[in-house]
Amino acid sequence: MSKIHVTTKVNGDDVEFLADPRESLLDCLRDKLDLTGAKEGCGTGDCGACSVSLDGTLVCSCLVLGVEAQGKTIETVEGMAQDGDLHPLQRKFIEHAALQCGFCTPGILVAAKNLLERNPDPTETEIRYWLAGNLCRCTGYDKIVRAVQDAAAEMRGAA
Amino acid sequence: MRYHTPATFEAAAALAAEASGVTRFLAGGTDVLVQLRAGMVTPDDLIDLKKIDGVKTMARTKDGGWQIGVAVSGAELGANAALVADWPGVVEGMELVGSTQVQGRATLVGNLCNGSPAADSVPGLVAAGATVTVTGPSGSREVPVGEIPAGPGKTALKKGEVISGVTLPPRGKNGGDAYLRFIPRTEMDIAVVGCAVNLRLDGDKIAEARVVLGAVAPTVIVVPEAAKAIIGTTLDDAALEKLAQAASAACKPIDDKRGTVAFRTDVAGVLARRAAKIAYDRAKGAK
Repeated sequence: MSKIHVTTKVNGDDVEFLADPRESLLDCLRDKLDLTGAKEGCGTGDCGACSVSLDGTLVCSCLVLGVEAQGKTIETVEGMAQDGDLHPLQRKFIEHAALQCGFCTPGILVAAKNLLERNPDPTETEIRYWLAGNLCRCTGYDKIVRAVQDAAAEMRGAA
Repeated sequence: MRYHTPATFEAAAALAAEASGVTRFLAGGTDVLVQLRAGMVTPDDLIDLKKIDGVKTMARTKDGGWQIGVAVSGAELGANAALVADWPGVVEGMELVGSTQVQGRATLVGNLCNGSPAADSVPGLVAAGATVTVTGPSGSREVPVGEIPAGPGKTALKKGEVISGVTLPPRGKNGGDAYLRFIPRTEMDIAVVGCAVNLRLDGDKIAEARVVLGAVAPTVIVVPEAAKAIIGTTLDDAALEKLAQAASAACKPIDDKRGTVAFRTDVAGVLARRAAKIAYDRAKGAK
């Protein structure tokens, strides 16, 4: 099986890897680039734990092939903190205790960041619908929604 | 598995025609990659269509219809205000497919070619009179969307044929369409029943109508008796009752964990009534 050379940009860095065409982008991020923030929950696009931004679009990286990343721009949870400072969403998730086991958290942070880039002031309903593809079996979602709302408010104030 | 990125649909069709093993076309990948991972399908040749020019574009045709590329995602359809204004029923069907993440990748043609009788975007396309361009070894032809599904998981496409575009007809004046589905919760589920209605008014009366049901037969079904029940009426209570009866009478559903035969048959009538009312209001100018 011949591997394909892929060059892509991840969190602002140019990277390259060799991918078997059957490998998902999630596997390439985790196993070839050591970016283990995105998690595999279901592997079938149902749980959202592997969420990343691909050219600005929120996707499940388990439903993207590594070879499809050629020439694209990818953002993962590892790119959220800047110069050692947590992203407001990350801080608010800690403040609101919006996680317990934490397995879904990287995907939810990436998804919430993508939402706030489009809509800086989402309603609770908009947040819940946007995050409907991010499953969390610990929190009951309420604290997650509050954390996103609080982070959105802070980011609007800072802008 | 060999991964191909052809530059034209003709080249994609030629690759598929010459392939000796299992072939899959890749656009959004939200079904193909799931099947790949589950081991349901192990393609020898995977043909990625996203490097072909025009697959990501939505353009008005000269006659006022729409030409939609095969890799345009549900989210992109929803963000196109002019398209939503023309064909809200088509777009709301597609937008019901999956999560935000799935919407970023999933496509109309993928939903169609996956062959699910419960595909949410298909009834709206059929009701709208949409066609697809099928490109194969002997050239391209236009095929009504309703002729593509051939049964659960099956399409009428032959070896070496690939869908290379979707065409929606001009909306025209005094028209409206709508799609509704029933699922046991509010998001992220598969239709138990789906119903699309597309109609055109002449004054207050319905001049033309098409009623299409999903998830109640092996394929999407057009119900001409249901359309007849409302054509020539102002969608009064008697017409709605006849519409519901005709829709229910056309159902040939299965029993499964999502719904019984009796439930699906009854709900088809309920959804037909509601979708017809929304389509009627939209034809009257409601947003």
